[in-house]
Amino acid sequence: MIPELGHFALILALCLASLQAVFPMVGAHSGNTLWMQLCRPLSAGVWVFMLLAFGCLAYSFLHDDFSVAYVARNSNTLLPVYYKFAAVWGAHEGSLLLWVLILATWGYAVSILSRDLPLDILARVMSVMALITVGFLIFMLGTSNPFERMLLNTPAEGADLNPLLQDFGLTVHPPMLYMGYVGFSVAFSFAIAALLTGRLDAAWARWTRPWTNAAWAFLTVGIALGSWWAYYELGWGGWWFWDPVENVSFMPWLVGTALIHSLAVTEKRGVFKSWTVLLAIAAFSLSLLGAFIVRSGVITSVHAFAVDPERGMVLLTLLLLIIGGSLFLYALRAPVVKGTATYGGYSRELFLLFNNIILVVSTATILLGTLFPLIHEAIYGEANKVSVGPPYFNTLFVPLMAVMAFFLGVSTFSRWKRTSLQHLWQNLGKLLTASVVLGIVIPLLVTAHFNPSAMLAMALALWIALGVVADIWQKTANKASRVDGLRSLSLSYYGMQLAHLGVAVLILGVCLTSHYSIEEDRRLAPNESLTIGDYEFVFKGVEERRGPNYIADSATIDVLKDGEFYLTMHPEKRRYLARGDVQTEADIQVGFFRDLFTALGDPRGEGAWVVRIHVKPFVFWIWLGAFLMAAGGITAILDRRYRTKRVRDEAAVPAVGLKTALE
Amino acid sequence: MHSARKQKLYIVLSIVLGAAVAVGLLVVAFNEGLNVFFTPTEITEGKVQPNQNIRIGGMVKEGSLVREGLEGTRIEFVTTDYNADIPVVYEGVLPDLFREGQGVVAEGFVDENGVFQARQIMAKHDENYMSAEVKAALEAAEKRKAAGGISQ
Repeated sequence: MIPELGHFALILALCLASLQAVFPMVGAHSGNTLWMQLCRPLSAGVWVFMLLAFGCLAYSFLHDDFSVAYVARNSNTLLPVYYKFAAVWGAHEGSLLLWVLILATWGYAVSILSRDLPLDILARVMSVMALITVGFLIFMLGTSNPFERMLLNTPAEGADLNPLLQDFGLTVHPPMLYMGYVGFSVAFSFAIAALLTGRLDAAWARWTRPWTNAAWAFLTVGIALGSWWAYYELGWGGWWFWDPVENVSFMPWLVGTALIHSLAVTEKRGVFKSWTVLLAIAAFSLSLLGAFIVRSGVITSVHAFAVDPERGMVLLTLLLLIIGGSLFLYALRAPVVKGTATYGGYSRELFLLFNNIILVVSTATILLGTLFPLIHEAIYGEANKVSVGPPYFNTLFVPLMAVMAFFLGVSTFSRWKRTSLQHLWQNLGKLLTASVVLGIVIPLLVTAHFNPSAMLAMALALWIALGVVADIWQKTANKASRVDGLRSLSLSYYGMQLAHLGVAVLILGVCLTSHYSIEEDRRLAPNESLTIGDYEFVFKGVEERRGPNYIADSATIDVLKDGEFYLTMHPEKRRYLARGDVQTEADIQVGFFRDLFTALGDPRGEGAWVVRIHVKPFVFWIWLGAFLMAAGGITAILDRRYRTKRVRDEAAVPAVGLKTALE
Repeated sequence: MHSARKQKLYIVLSIVLGAAVAVGLLVVAFNEGLNVFFTPTEITEGKVQPNQNIRIGGMVKEGSLVREGLEGTRIEFVTTDYNADIPVVYEGVLPDLFREGQGVVAEGFVDENGVFQARQIMAKHDENYMSAEVKAALEAAEKRKAAGGISQ
C-alpha cells in the first residue's frame, strides 16, 4: 500500500510539474497574471508530493518491505536503522528520487523567498525549473521507478547495502552534493528567464547571486565530504584520485566558482553579462553531464551505478535537450543582454576576467581528460582503450591554480574601473616580499630540506592570507576605532575574505600533505614495530571481532610518541555477512597538524600482516579550507542588501508591484 | 585612456597567450598521464615496449596468487585472458575486491624479463560488474582464439 502511495505521489508530482512548466510561462508571455501566479501553489504542490514519495520509500526501508525491489537490493534486516534510512539514496533509483526532491525543494524555496522578484520573471524561472523536474520525473517513472514491486517472489531477506556505503560519510555526502548540482538549476533558470525577457541588469544579478552562492557552498561541502569519505572509507589514505566521478563533480564547481565572480562583476559594473549567462548554463549542464556519466556507466569508475544502456540513452536525450535547447536560446538572444560599460587596464574587472579564464581553462582540461578515453575509443575502436591518469591532471591543474592564487592576491587590492600600477605596487610590494621570504624560510627551518614546490605553495598561501589580513586592516584604518571599522564592513565582504582564506588553507593542506606525508606499506609480525618520525607503531596482532552485520579481523597497533605510550589504533578488515564483501576500515587519529593513518592489508602467514601506515601532516587543512570556503559563501548570502533592497525596489517601482495590486 | 580597441587587443592577446601555454602543458601532460590499455595476448605478441607505462587487464588466474614466503609486502600472481598469461609482481596493499578468478586492472610496465611490474592494482567495487576494459580484453582474446582454432 505505502509503495503504491509513493508511486502515485510521483505521478501527481509529474502532473503538477507539467502544469507548472506550461501555465506560468504562457501567462508571462501573454500577461495573464493569474496564470503567472499559479507558479507558487504549483511548486508547493510538487514539493509536497515529492516529499511524500520520498517518505514512502524511507518507510519501506525502515519497515524492511522487501517486496519493493529497490529495498530488497539495497537493505537487510541486520542493517542498523540509520543506514536503512541512508540506503534510500544508496543506489540509482533512490538517489534519483532524492535528486528530484531536492530540485523541487529549490523550486519551492525560490517561490517563497523571492517575494520581491517581478512576477513575470518569477513565473518564467519557475516554469524552467518545472520543465527540468518534468524531464527527470519522466526518466524516473519510465526507467528507474524506485517503487517497483516483486510481489510474486518476495525475498525473505534483502541483499544488503553496499558496505562501502555503510558509513556516516554516505549519509551526508550525496544530499550535499545534489544540493549543489541541483542548486545550479536556479541560476540556470534565472539565466534562461533573462534570455527570454532580454532583461539582465544589476537587479537580476542581485537576485541570482545568493542562489548561486548557496548552491556553490553546498557543492563545496559535498565534494569535501566525498574526498573525506574516500580518505577514510576507501581505506587507502588518498583524498583525491582524479577519478571520472570526482572530476564530474569538480567541473561544475569550477564553473560555479567562475560564475560567482562573474556575477559580482555583472552586479557591480554591468559587464560580462552574456558571459555570466553562459556560465550559468554551463554550470548546470556540467552537473547534468555528471549525472549522465555516473549513471550510464560510459566511463569506468569506482562510483559507477549499475549499468543500463537504456537509462543511459534516456539520460543522454534529456541532457541534449536541456543543453542544446539552452545554448540555442543563448545563440538567439545573447546579443540582447550585452553589457555596455567599459573598464580600463589593471582594473578589478580585468583580474576577475583572468580568474574566469583560468577556471574555464581548468574545467576544459579536466573535461578533456575525463572524456578522452571515450573520444579515443570512438575514433580507434573498442579494442584500443586508453586511460588518463593523475599525472595528466596534476601537470595541468597545479600550475593553473598557482597562477590563479597569485592573481587572487593582486585582485583583492585592485579597484573597479581602473587601478594604477603604482597603487598596486604600494600595497603589494611588502606583501610579496614577506610571503616569498617566509615561504622559503619556514619550510627550511621546520624540515631542513630545500623543496621548491612546497616553498612555492607556502608562499602562495601566505600571499593570499596576508593579503586578506592587510586588506581588512586597510579598510578599517579610517574609522574612529578598529572595532567600528570591522562593524562597518559588509557581510558579503567578510564572506569573500573568508572564502579566500579558505583557498589559502586548502593550498597549504594539499601541498604540505603531498610533499611531507610519510607512507609505508610494511609486513609486520606480532610485536614488530615501525618508526616514522616521532612515532613508533607497534603491531600487537589481529583478533576476530563481531559487528552487527559483519565479522572483522581487528588489529591492535600501539603508537608510541618519543618513546612513550601515545594511543592504540584498531584498523579492521570486515567481512559483511549478507554479501560476503570484504571492506577495509582504516583507523585514523585526526589532528590539527597531522593525521596518523593505519589500515590493514592482507595476512602473510604466522600472524604477520601487511600494514599500511601513514603520517600525514596538514591533511585536515584540506577539509578545513573547503569548509571555510563554503562558510564564506553562506556568509555572503546573509548580507543585508539581499534583504533590505527588496523593500526599496518595491517602493521605488510601483509598476512592478503587480502582486500588491492583486492581493 | 585606453581605447576600447586597445583593450580588446589586450584581451585577445592574453587569451591567445593563455591558450598557447595551455596547449603546451596539454602536450606534456598527455605524455605523462596517458596509459594505453593492453591485454595479456597483445603483450605476448610484443606490442609493448619494455618500461612503457601501460595498463593491463584480465582475470587473476586461479591458484596463481603467491603472498606467503616472499620478501616484505611483495605479491605475485598471473593475469590471463585465457589465451595468454602475464606474470605480475606488486609491492603493497591489495584492494579489497582483489581475488583469484576475478577481473583486475593493473598499472605499471613490463620489465626485460616479460614480468609486469605493477605500480597500482585496481579491482572494481561492484562484484557483479566486470570492468569494461577487462570484459573487452576477454572478448578479444576469445575471438582471436576462435580465429586461431579455425586456421590451425
